[in-house]
Amino acid sequence: MDYVLLIEQFLNGFQLGIILFLMAAGLTLVFGIMDLVNLAHGSMFMIGAFVGGTIAVVTGSFVIGVILMIPAMLIIGIVVEMTTLRTLYPRDHLDHVLATFGLILFFNEATRLIWGPEGLIVPLPAFLDGSVALGAITYPVYRIVIIVVGLLVALGLYILVSRTRIGMLIRAGASNRAMAGALGVNIPLLFSIVFGIGAVLAGLAGLIITPITAAQIGMGEDVLILAFVVIVIGGIGSIRGAFIASIVTGVIDTMGRSFLDVFLLLFLPENAAESAGPALSSMMIYILMAAILFFRPQGLFPPKGAG
Amino acid sequence: MAELKNPASILTLIVIGLCAVVPFLAPALGEPFYVIVFARIMIWAIAAVSLNLIMGYGGMISFGHAVYLGIGGYTIGILAFHGITSAWIQWPVAIGACAFISLIFGAISLRTRGVYFIMITLALAQMIFFLSVSAERYGSDDGLNILTRSDFGLSFFDLNDKLTMYYTIFAVLLASVFISWKLIHSRFGVVMRAAKSNDTRVQAVGVSTYRYRLIAFVIAGVMCGIAGLLQANFERFVSPDMMNWPRSGELIFMVVLGGMSTIFGPVTGAFVFLMLSEILSTWTIHWHIIFGPFLVLVVLFARGGIHGLLTPRASRDE
Amino acid sequence: MNDATANISLEARGLQKSFGGLVATDNLSLEATRGEIHAVIGPNGAGKTTFVNLLSGILKPDGGAILFEGRDITRLSAPARVNQGLARSFQITSIFRDFTVLENVMLSVQAGQGHSFRFWKPVAKDESLRGPARELLEKVGLGDRTEVIAGNLAHGEQRQLEIAISLATNPTFLLLDEPMAGMGPEESQGMIDFLKALKGDYTMLLVEHDMDAVFALADRITVLVYGKAIATGAPDEIRNDPAVRAAYLGDDATDDANGESA
Repeated sequence: MDYVLLIEQFLNGFQLGIILFLMAAGLTLVFGIMDLVNLAHGSMFMIGAFVGGTIAVVTGSFVIGVILMIPAMLIIGIVVEMTTLRTLYPRDHLDHVLATFGLILFFNEATRLIWGPEGLIVPLPAFLDGSVALGAITYPVYRIVIIVVGLLVALGLYILVSRTRIGMLIRAGASNRAMAGALGVNIPLLFSIVFGIGAVLAGLAGLIITPITAAQIGMGEDVLILAFVVIVIGGIGSIRGAFIASIVTGVIDTMGRSFLDVFLLLFLPENAAESAGPALSSMMIYILMAAILFFRPQGLFPPKGAG
Repeated sequence: MAELKNPASILTLIVIGLCAVVPFLAPALGEPFYVIVFARIMIWAIAAVSLNLIMGYGGMISFGHAVYLGIGGYTIGILAFHGITSAWIQWPVAIGACAFISLIFGAISLRTRGVYFIMITLALAQMIFFLSVSAERYGSDDGLNILTRSDFGLSFFDLNDKLTMYYTIFAVLLASVFISWKLIHSRFGVVMRAAKSNDTRVQAVGVSTYRYRLIAFVIAGVMCGIAGLLQANFERFVSPDMMNWPRSGELIFMVVLGGMSTIFGPVTGAFVFLMLSEILSTWTIHWHIIFGPFLVLVVLFARGGIHGLLTPRASRDE
Repeated sequence: MNDATANISLEARGLQKSFGGLVATDNLSLEATRGEIHAVIGPNGAGKTTFVNLLSGILKPDGGAILFEGRDITRLSAPARVNQGLARSFQITSIFRDFTVLENVMLSVQAGQGHSFRFWKPVAKDESLRGPARELLEKVGLGDRTEVIAGNLAHGEQRQLEIAISLATNPTFLLLDEPMAGMGPEESQGMIDFLKALKGDYTMLLVEHDMDAVFALADRITVLVYGKAIATGAPDEIRNDPAVRAAYLGDDATDDANGESA
């Protein structure tokens, strides 16, 4: 087996895991704290890519795009929370699914109206273009940047949640909402902030992959479903679970797509391996999810106190 | 049926009556296209009725129900691709495939509750969706054309005949509504409805609800699969898109729009949903920009759906 | 087997259950004699509901065993225990709120008749369900309320229905988790009379807060504190047990039990 390719694909998988984590972190907090199934989180991914990408194209600086995307997504997230989602908290999960499904249709179409059906190509900034040698392999600088940025965000989020006052409130809310309310926490404000943070993280995830994939309508939805898988595996409301499950999911999915047919060749005839490989690899993470759920219906890291 | 007495049921009778006469009415009015529209409405209505069975009466919010449309449809498509066109083989295989997959998916997902259930049904359905996308042999994204419709080998029953095709769909729709009605009023249905309302209590009178929920899940999967095999035959085409997750979302919406946990609600819902999208899409290609907020408004202000709005409060069948 | 053990209907042997670090049931043993009412009392947080959940199978113990009519049922699921004749009622009223009163009881009758994989015949006309259900509702005093939606019943009536649902499973043993919960004095007295009338037909384990009710009904009482049984005995023994008085009853409760209001 080709070890250079193996390491390269592992890094690619790790990078996908980072993107998934940025999505799943906001999603799992919103689930854990507000008990809200929010499909529109996928739209935040897309809007972050389009808004940040447009700023990057207009200013000619990807970095400015990223920086200005943050307040933009914070505002968009809070506005969406305050106008629509807030009224959904007392409703059941079915209402959440439907209403946020409606939001997806709206955001997708609004994006199509504003940016046209082709999407948006965001050039990679020159200083991030190119590759570096990592031992035996050369790897694109930009992908390394994604991984580093993601790890920094994960670290920042960990510190925010475990070390700060707002983080304490978030954890209190995630494990026991009534308790947090009884402690005199301003719940509506907390919810708006958490949702805003989630929107920024999702927007960041969407924006940082646009130089690789371009911004497209509906780009958030496949990532959203993978993020669901991540949350189910990791346990709803758990940041730590989301991180571990994201990386595992990203690596398994990517490695599976690259190597499963090679692996199957070990014990299947060539044409069977070649046709079963892609099919099986697209199913692998779902099979993983099903297996984990079979043994642990609450996921790997169910938050304490959550029934 | 006590349910025939309220305005909502009268509306349904109108819808079903329309379905019955459209093949004659539409050409007479110079709008033959509506025969196709109505056939599609009825196919979706069958799928919505099947979803309502588990979601409305069993409390199981499956966000991956469209996958059975795909499995039913692709079974027909793949068998036809390999030259097997006999309905006597195609249909039982399609039904068997849906029963088998829904048994497995149900067994996994029914171990969980609440949001987990929603997300797992979604993820499992997407797994099959991606499988169909990766199946290059069967057209991947582009889908698969079906050259010949299911062949019953009977001269008086040929699906290539437009009216036969149409009224087969119509008959299956009526049958699925009738079967749902019988099911929910049977002992089985009582257990299912009771488990939706208070699962712990049902266990505490000595019934293991898991098996009942699972069987209901399979029945709904098969019923939806039949809608899928009809769709494949009607359109003579299957593609991954017929089981992509927005289709599952639309099915949920049809059920809620018409009125969840009502016998005819899903039929009305499918009718209004598809007519509305038909009309809106002739106004503007960006009709989703109206449709999305409409969906949000229905959720926020019309929870009982059309049947809820039309039914006097006292006689609501929760 | 001697006479004493032959008369035991339900036995808990050294039951153990903790949630995280919290021990809810601590080496708890209890024997309920056939035909008697065995009350379990204890202050809030003593682990009474956990005990009921262990006995009914909603929770599985970490250790110990449960024997019912001589059979080990420790590993049986909740529904399987009901089918052996061990029924329970819930502290928080647990009825099917959008079913009619009759339908609530019919479901239990149906469950008692074996599996419900019957997909076609409508239950609404099934006299084999309606008959026994109506009969039972007459017996518990809800005979004129059969067609009312259960959620619309008065609180006391809902508590009666709660027990009727359990009775309809044809049990030999009733686990009653605070049947007087949320009742006024008059309703409580009605429930006491009702349970007295059932006495003898069923063995009962009565978990209750209401001391008047416990001392009016119980043949034996077990006192639970922090998941441990600190005393078991006849009502008079319990009333006068210094350990119980110190740990739990206190002077108020003792006065209460002695019928202070009279």
